[in-house]
Amino acid sequence: MSALPWTRVLYWSVRRELWEHRAVLMAPAVIGAVALVGALLSTFRLPAALRSLEAGSAKDGDMLMASYSFMALAVLLTGLLVAAFYSLGALQGERRDRSLLFWKSLPVSDRMTVLSKAAVPLVVTPVVTFAVIFAAQLLMLVWSTAVTVANGISPAVLWKHADLTTMWVVLPYGLIVNALWQAPVFAWFLLVSAWARRTPILWALAPFAIPAILEGLAFRTSHIGGFIGERLLGGFAQAFSVDGKAEAAIDNIGQVAPLRVLAQPDLWLGFLFAAVFLAAAIWLRRRREPN
Amino acid sequence: MACIEARGLRKAFKNTVALDGVDLTIEPGRIVGLIGPNGAGKSTALQAILGLTAYQGELKVLDLGPWTARDQLMSEVCFIADVAVLPRWMRVWQALDYVAGVHPRFDRAKAEGFLARTSIRKTSRVRELSKGMVTQLHLALVMAIDARLLVLDEPTLGLDLLYRKAFYDSLLNDYFDGDRTILVTTHQVEEVQHILTDVVFLDRGRVVLDCSMEAFEARYVELLAAPEHLTAARTFRPIHERQLFGRSLLIFDGADRDRLATLGELRNPSLADVFVALVGGPQ
Repeated sequence: MSALPWTRVLYWSVRRELWEHRAVLMAPAVIGAVALVGALLSTFRLPAALRSLEAGSAKDGDMLMASYSFMALAVLLTGLLVAAFYSLGALQGERRDRSLLFWKSLPVSDRMTVLSKAAVPLVVTPVVTFAVIFAAQLLMLVWSTAVTVANGISPAVLWKHADLTTMWVVLPYGLIVNALWQAPVFAWFLLVSAWARRTPILWALAPFAIPAILEGLAFRTSHIGGFIGERLLGGFAQAFSVDGKAEAAIDNIGQVAPLRVLAQPDLWLGFLFAAVFLAAAIWLRRRREPN
Repeated sequence: MACIEARGLRKAFKNTVALDGVDLTIEPGRIVGLIGPNGAGKSTALQAILGLTAYQGELKVLDLGPWTARDQLMSEVCFIADVAVLPRWMRVWQALDYVAGVHPRFDRAKAEGFLARTSIRKTSRVRELSKGMVTQLHLALVMAIDARLLVLDEPTLGLDLLYRKAFYDSLLNDYFDGDRTILVTTHQVEEVQHILTDVVFLDRGRVVLDCSMEAFEARYVELLAAPEHLTAARTFRPIHERQLFGRSLLIFDGADRDRLATLGELRNPSLADVFVALVGGPQ
């Protein structure tokens, strides 16, 4: 009997996750659209800003980029939030609605299932995030260019300050580093999801939140909280720091050092934890029966 | 090669022993009914066979160990549990796409053919379908898979009479071909009795009867005893006796039919009656 290629099984496994959890695609797209509308409305101030730039003012240059950055940030955070909730429910929901018995009646291994679910926050969300940001920024740039030309200003002024080509090259790199950096977080969420009977969000957060609170009360320090915050949101700081050490942010794009970032022990320690968490999730999924 | 081969199959939970040393051999091409009261270990036995639970003892299904090779096994084994397991959010076309995507032996055209005979629309979600339609959908998916073993765990639970009858009819007419093996558990014993080739009685984790239906019918006989012959009939050592409308019904195991026939009316007992005779009423 010929087995199907694993890539095909993985493809359909991920596809079915996206059928069930449409928010993974829809939420970033909707938030991107809303942010885009806001940004488009803000262009009524664009001609004035460009004229003062032409006249030699410096501070309006940063303002021009602000709408683009804001759109990117909104989509990025939405993606993070959706991915977190997705991961917390991914292996619990199938036990709750007993569909576990249907999935397990098909020739798809527990490893394939868990890895396909891990691929959603770690691969699908970054790709969707980039696609939405790219589309929103492109539309914004086209509209801004039209507004600029309609006001008789040379679009070169706009393009000089709203330089998105760098962003579009650098953003995928940042998203990849961020996903690698967050891998242990989502793997942990999946593990809790495979284990918890109910309220996985509490079980996922309590082991960190309680020590962090105790630490704060006892020592008035916040090392644990800082560590968690860095793991959750520090991926970009890591990607765009001098020597990849997340200590000093770079001040120009030439300082980006992907290989140094990838050589960080912290990143590899994260991979190790991610691998252990995912292995445990696979082990649990094999043994867990419907709730 | 036997389809299912179990030797000393055991499974204990914290407080109970669900399977207490089950020996079982199921040959290919049989339709086997696994009959037993609640808590007899039927579901645990099926879960072990399907690789859904760990067990002690020896178990081979299609020559594979279910617990270690579930995903491999599932390309040749199909499984329908009670109606509630198809994901409620799924649309019918998604179920077809997905199974076609991950199952090497699924024939999509065949499944669509089965669905065309029902009133199920491809754009419907599972949650919008009636219980009977969900079972039809699941059956259509499963019958389009070229599998060697089909396991049915209370497949018609909660369905009305018409759906139940149609379920077994299409199973026999459109699916069973003499090579495939079907293992079914149900409480509606009388509905499956006529389609079974073999029967296994399970009680408190043990096999109490394992025989073919021919052997079953040759072995067990029920006598509606004429009142004047009751004492004589009892000398043939009935394994069970009960009253019905003031007359005595006696079940015999391997008794001489010709001589019994002189004592009253003989008939084939139902599986349920023999089951009660062997393991007693509700404990």
